[in-house]
Amino acid sequence: MNILRTIYAEDLDDIAIGGAILGTGGGGDPYVGKLMAKEAIRKHGPVELIDVSELADDALVVPVCMMGAPTVMTEKLPQGDELLTAFRKLEQLLGRKIDAVLCGEAGGVNSTTPFVVAAAAGLPLVDGDGMGRAYPELQMVTFTLHGISATPMVLCDDKGNALVLETVSNAWTERLARAATVEMGGSALLAFYPMSGKQAKACVVRGTLSLCANLGLELRESRLSNGDPVRAIAAKLGASVLFHGRLTDIDRRTIGGFARGTARFDGVEDWKGQTFRLDFQNEFLMAERNGEIVCTTPDLITLLEAESGNPVTADSLRYGLRLVALAFPCNPQWKTDAGIALVGPRYFGYDTDYIPFDAH
Amino acid sequence: MIRIGIDVGGTNTDAVVMNGTEVIAGVKSATTADVMSGVVNALRDVLAASGMEASAVDFVMIGTTHFTNAVVQRRDLAQTAAVRLGLPATASLPPMVDWPEDLKQSIGNHAYLAHGGNEFDGRVISPLDEDELKGIARDIAAKGIRSIAITSVFSPVSSDFERRAGAIFEAEIPGVHITMSSDIGRIGLLERENAAIMNACLRDLSAHVIEAFRNAIREAGITGKFFLTQNDGTLMDASFAEKFPVLTFASGPTNSMRGAAFLSGVSDAIVVDIGGTTSDVGSLHKGFPRQATIAVEVGGVRTNFRMPDVFSIGLGGGSHVVETDNGIKVGPVSVGYRIKTEALIFGGQTLTTTDVAVAAGRASLGDAAKVSHLSPDLIDRVQAKIHAMLEDCVEKSRLSPDPLPVIVVGGGSILVDGPLSGLEVIKPAHFGVANAVGAAIAQVSGEIDRVYALAELGRDKALEDAKQRAIDAAIAAGAAPDSIEIVDVEDVPLAYLPGNATRIRVKAVGELHAG
Repeated sequence: MNILRTIYAEDLDDIAIGGAILGTGGGGDPYVGKLMAKEAIRKHGPVELIDVSELADDALVVPVCMMGAPTVMTEKLPQGDELLTAFRKLEQLLGRKIDAVLCGEAGGVNSTTPFVVAAAAGLPLVDGDGMGRAYPELQMVTFTLHGISATPMVLCDDKGNALVLETVSNAWTERLARAATVEMGGSALLAFYPMSGKQAKACVVRGTLSLCANLGLELRESRLSNGDPVRAIAAKLGASVLFHGRLTDIDRRTIGGFARGTARFDGVEDWKGQTFRLDFQNEFLMAERNGEIVCTTPDLITLLEAESGNPVTADSLRYGLRLVALAFPCNPQWKTDAGIALVGPRYFGYDTDYIPFDAH
Repeated sequence: MIRIGIDVGGTNTDAVVMNGTEVIAGVKSATTADVMSGVVNALRDVLAASGMEASAVDFVMIGTTHFTNAVVQRRDLAQTAAVRLGLPATASLPPMVDWPEDLKQSIGNHAYLAHGGNEFDGRVISPLDEDELKGIARDIAAKGIRSIAITSVFSPVSSDFERRAGAIFEAEIPGVHITMSSDIGRIGLLERENAAIMNACLRDLSAHVIEAFRNAIREAGITGKFFLTQNDGTLMDASFAEKFPVLTFASGPTNSMRGAAFLSGVSDAIVVDIGGTTSDVGSLHKGFPRQATIAVEVGGVRTNFRMPDVFSIGLGGGSHVVETDNGIKVGPVSVGYRIKTEALIFGGQTLTTTDVAVAAGRASLGDAAKVSHLSPDLIDRVQAKIHAMLEDCVEKSRLSPDPLPVIVVGGGSILVDGPLSGLEVIKPAHFGVANAVGAAIAQVSGEIDRVYALAELGRDKALEDAKQRAIDAAIAAGAAPDSIEIVDVEDVPLAYLPGNATRIRVKAVGELHAG
């Protein structure tokens, strides 16, 4: 098996930065996940990243992620063996060994959680994920588009509880798992969407973990060389600048358990005299410039601090920040009718059709 | 009421005497290696300058960077045990996991994980295990460790486990110092735990330093009560400060901003404190610095202290001025305290921002003839550059589109002239000792940070409850009840949780109760 690259503890800093960029404002703070991955790698050894094409067609590949409230994750840290327990349980259920780990969501905290179990189980990790970004619900993965069931799924908490779910649809998995997560104390870890190597080759959004690492590296190097970090990140992503402005108004509310809100900006420098509006539900989902929609989910909208290039989450938005909004096209799988039905603007309650974003 | 404010910085120890709201005298003197003799000198000088009798002084307020520097320089830190209550949760990341190795080693890296902790809604993760804690106590005692930091999961929601564990340790190890994380920090386990551990490792030093301050004040013949200022610009009495030295972190910038507000009589403004090497810029809201929302590192350790949202740029009175191919470059290199020998106007060889200010006729300092050769064009371009640097900071610190004034304090204030970003610039009297004034006028506060289930309680009831708790905390800290004001209310909905769980933070402040 060809190894793309070996990931050591120190590489996680870059990956977490890249994960926050692909987090498009949500996905949870990668800090805790990063530290857990570092600890696991220090204890068990580095993680080998492989391309999805290296998998045998009949290999068993299992995606993982953390589920719950980001605030809880920063306070009640995991026990550490949750994902390994989930893997062992799933192996028991399926009557065979898992061959490789897959990242469920490359944005936010879940860009780092797969490294925890890959290191502990000594398994290779596929360079890719099921979103190419972050989304709030667990049916919102490309795996769903390929008819792969989220179950059997194993949800584990810090106390050693393991909950096995068998459901009739991935939407039901989301509902039941969400309720169980709350009972488990607001945060849990899970292994879901067990799939074959053949299925993985069809649905994985490829290369997103090495993209995360490269984004972090790019940001670091650009700073060291006194370059323009925002431009460096945009180039790496193939992204266009949507706007450069200062935040002038932020309105937050909680509806149905999600942090929704709107941020408004006034342009600076080249964008002086223009206005910008960003709607978010955990993630940034819709951007309007001068009253005209310029980008919507599933295309990616990410915010960077204008000077440092640091990614900014929806939670940390506040008056006066000078930010650059970047947009770049999503994975083509999301642009299908089924993809738009699953994660398009109407699913999130915005009264607009998806307008594909064309960088450049 | 006669108050003395003292700011013990790395270079200068500044002191002011205030009668009510009037500044009677202000002096600057050098900080000494032992700190104490510098405080004695400052007290003596400022009393002499004011013509006041020591016996007339009601209160002494001290702001100090001593404890921050101890952590940054890794000196005088005590061996400390970090005990976390939360098993089986949290085992993935032990205490001090992300600390710089040298700091971890300097306090012994004694980490213990035990059962306990709460869920976000107050349910118990696992019950406290007294035998387990007694075993840990025996180990701690055997190692001769005398300071313990206790951190329980979600202790800002329920601090019961921390208290019970503290009582067990105190019974098992007589005379041990206990720091409970719920007394110090907010939600965010690692950051709160870090703050508790840093506090615990400073307990020996704080006993020593507070005693020395007490002696210095007694030596000066002052019998009034004395306080230390904390990072949010409010006071803690000496015995409280001895228990919570970590709360003095970042009190310096806070004091200078509070002093600026007081001296100018403006409570909503942007404050620019221009020193010799850097300028600190922050914004004032109702007379208090706006606090940072992101994690702040101290000595390489991530914390979630109540820190002012101040940022620094490398622009000060001693900043180097260099002409490059890309135009004028100002700072970040500075001659610092050597300005008296290295700047052109003092006969030195280095062109500094102060030289340009003198050449522009904005300040009379040193020998103006030594900068008469500078071309008007260069002077203009340097001034434009300084102006642009400051305007960018001011824009960053603006928290609303309202036309707030900009208050400029600090020794480097001569660099600024005229409006910044179209905003009025105020240079108040006594601008050089604004930080000591900030210490003198500090108020007392109470703060609360809890998660409420709004579905059960309703938002109004929850806010009311939080406000009352904050007011009670302020009264407990010594505030005069009729002077208490709620200065900050913040509610953040917690995503993905039922019952409309919302984290509410409230801060109440009041004037110090005289007598």
